[in-house]
Amino acid sequence: MDLLKNVVVIFFLASGCFFILVGAIGVLRFPDFYCRLHSAGKCDTLGQALILVGLILYQGLSLISVKLLFLIIFIFIANPTATHALCKAAYLSGIKPWKKE
Amino acid sequence: MFAIPIGIIIVAIFLVLYRVVTGPGVFNRALAANVIGTKTIVLIALIGFFNHRPHFLDIALVYAIINFVGTLAILKYIKTGGVE
Repeated sequence: MDLLKNVVVIFFLASGCFFILVGAIGVLRFPDFYCRLHSAGKCDTLGQALILVGLILYQGLSLISVKLLFLIIFIFIANPTATHALCKAAYLSGIKPWKKE
Repeated sequence: MFAIPIGIIIVAIFLVLYRVVTGPGVFNRALAANVIGTKTIVLIALIGFFNHRPHFLDIALVYAIINFVGTLAILKYIKTGGVE
């Protein structure tokens, strides 16, 4: 039973780390500001949620897992809102999207 | 068991740091600063579990709020030239 719990926790941690790494590479390599916003807003939030769900499973049912749940809910609300604010501020400042020539 | 995710997240932070240094314009730098802040939240929680002290979560919760408010404050300052 302990082995099964460890395998599930390692699966969640590994997939979360994969998404965070891919998101970081995306912020580096995309050609335009709006494309980088896609990577930072979506991949980053999903990777964080997966890692924190893995930590909830590791801890079991206690006060720590309730705090982790609050953290996950707050990150799901705050991170896309900050991304939307960035996009709107950049668009109103006149940054043009990238077109492929 | 928690050492490998900690290492991977530190590598990801250094990758995004390149976008802070280059990154033409202020919006790319603000985006990269927000990304570094959100990765730090997960890093604090993981380091707490790594040292068998899971009570570091309170610090991570506070830093999530600080990071969100800080990003919005930077954007408002860029747009209007004053934070009122």
